[in-house]
Amino acid sequence: MSETVEVTQRPAPEQQPAPANGSRRVLSLLSDAFLRRREASILLVAVGLMIYFQFSKSNYLSKSNLINLGQSTGPIAIVAVGIVLLLVAGEIDLSVGMVFAFAPFLMHFAIDFYSVPVIPGILLALLISAGIGFINGFIVVKLRVPSFVTTLGSFYALQGIVLLTSHAYPAEVPKAAEGHIRTWLGAGNWAEISWCLVIVALFHVVLTRTRWGLHTIAVGGNLLGATEAGIKVSRIKIGNFMITSALGAFAGIMEAFRVHTIDPNLGGGTQIPFTAISAAVIGGTALAGGSGTMIGALLGMFVLAELQDGFNLIGFNANGIFLITGLAILASMIANQYLSRLRRTGRA
Amino acid sequence: MSEALAGAADAPQESPAPAASTSDALRVEHVAKSFGGVTALRDVNLRLGRGEVLGLIGDNGAGKSTLIKTICGFHQPDAGRIFVVGEEVALRSVDHARSVGIDCVYQDLALVNELSVFHNMFLNREKVRWPLLNNRAMRKLARQHLASMGLNIPDVNAEVAKLSGGQRQAIAVARSVYSDARILLLDEPLAAMGAKEGTQILDLIRDLKAGGKVSVIIIAHNYAQALDVCDRVNVLQHGQITFDKRRADTSVEELTELMVAEYRASRAARPPAV
Repeated sequence: MSETVEVTQRPAPEQQPAPANGSRRVLSLLSDAFLRRREASILLVAVGLMIYFQFSKSNYLSKSNLINLGQSTGPIAIVAVGIVLLLVAGEIDLSVGMVFAFAPFLMHFAIDFYSVPVIPGILLALLISAGIGFINGFIVVKLRVPSFVTTLGSFYALQGIVLLTSHAYPAEVPKAAEGHIRTWLGAGNWAEISWCLVIVALFHVVLTRTRWGLHTIAVGGNLLGATEAGIKVSRIKIGNFMITSALGAFAGIMEAFRVHTIDPNLGGGTQIPFTAISAAVIGGTALAGGSGTMIGALLGMFVLAELQDGFNLIGFNANGIFLITGLAILASMIANQYLSRLRRTGRA
Repeated sequence: MSEALAGAADAPQESPAPAASTSDALRVEHVAKSFGGVTALRDVNLRLGRGEVLGLIGDNGAGKSTLIKTICGFHQPDAGRIFVVGEEVALRSVDHARSVGIDCVYQDLALVNELSVFHNMFLNREKVRWPLLNNRAMRKLARQHLASMGLNIPDVNAEVAKLSGGQRQAIAVARSVYSDARILLLDEPLAAMGAKEGTQILDLIRDLKAGGKVSVIIIAHNYAQALDVCDRVNVLQHGQITFDKRRADTSVEELTELMVAEYRASRAARPPAV
């Protein structure tokens, strides 16, 4: 991770292009930076797709379609931010898909049944969701159950709780939240994507420029080494589970505001974590732990949204999207392996 | 380290004679440690003088790693006492041990491959300009410190994964020295290292000794090379120190004989294989 960050920020005197063959040096520098920066290849794909779809359907870059793209990218990219943190720390969270559906109900119960004011009600829902993350993390770290199994269990447990408490019926968005709050927290055209960009930027900084991020990388890269260095491994892991759940809850609440109903099937259960993991992986985050990128995950999600939306517009069979997604995941993982070998040996 | 090197010229330290116990950098008395039914340390008594380099050797399974991890706070002993400069300490954690000046460079190198050299050097002791890491300061200090130790690491921004075994070991040692460790435990510092790299590490230890501020325990499997820098040698066998001599009074041959004798004895105790 550090590598991808440092490369661009370090003023490297030895890499100053010589004036004589300047343009060639710049070109090789660019290709070098491209090889090193994991986000570069996915950015290329994102731009390429945009150009392709714009040429085949001229309304692709229309305002209404851009709004569409923003709405399908935003919420899941927010979930993907948490997923990247966990993948870097060497863990995973499948239950976040159900937190996504559960959090709007928590807000609804708090506001409509316990007369909590709107904003505190939303914060309460986020807090309880973070508590769910704490339980996940506690089971993983203290009881030593692999996170895949732990969160598989909590996924179904939460699904049960959502269905039981909602009686499997959708609820209405709390009256008190209608208006500005609903607009700013999801229903506005650009609300979700704006929050998403802020959150991605924030956690990009957290991962690459703060102690928390450094320790998350250390824990995922060399667990024993991190422990021996005195890093509080449990705190880092549990904290990242809590962040992931809270982010999933926030994304779910925004999505409920946008679709204007609180649905027990919001987000389609497994679809949320699966898509978020796909976005992270396509963006260049390895499942092995120790490395990952927030911006890559955002771009990965954007590419998935572009594909779905573009295929819809040009009338391609929508079922084909899964085939494309699958191939994209495999291709990006194979490319990742190849590129990281290239980075390790001499070139970089 | 720079001042340590400066001090080396006028105060060369001879191998220190065993002196009054309060002047010992570290004293371990009757330490025992078991894991479940397995006794790793039976009754360990060990003394490390100030500025001394002690070689600790022993066969696989003798309890070397357990002893190291107990001294540096990773394991808590079941029984026994540990004194640092004459004062008894009950080490609660690695952090606690570090706060009293004990630091360990582990065999399984506590470096994170995915992080840069300078991030590794400051791992868990990062310079922070809240809320962000102060990378510039860490980079600068890392460069200065590595240079002052005479270590040639071309690029502190490089990922540790790209470095050689010797460079990684050197960085791990440099990290401990930088943290003002007074008692440095080196677990297999020469493992996985070529002859040239090994010599570099031993030179590094000599420099530390010359500085006189750091006392060192070297745990070595392949002791022939490591013995060069030691003032004294202890042998750990079956969770006990069974041998304690000054380096000048022993030899590689004697130590080898000691290790092999153990094997012969265990072989003799077994009924002969047909």
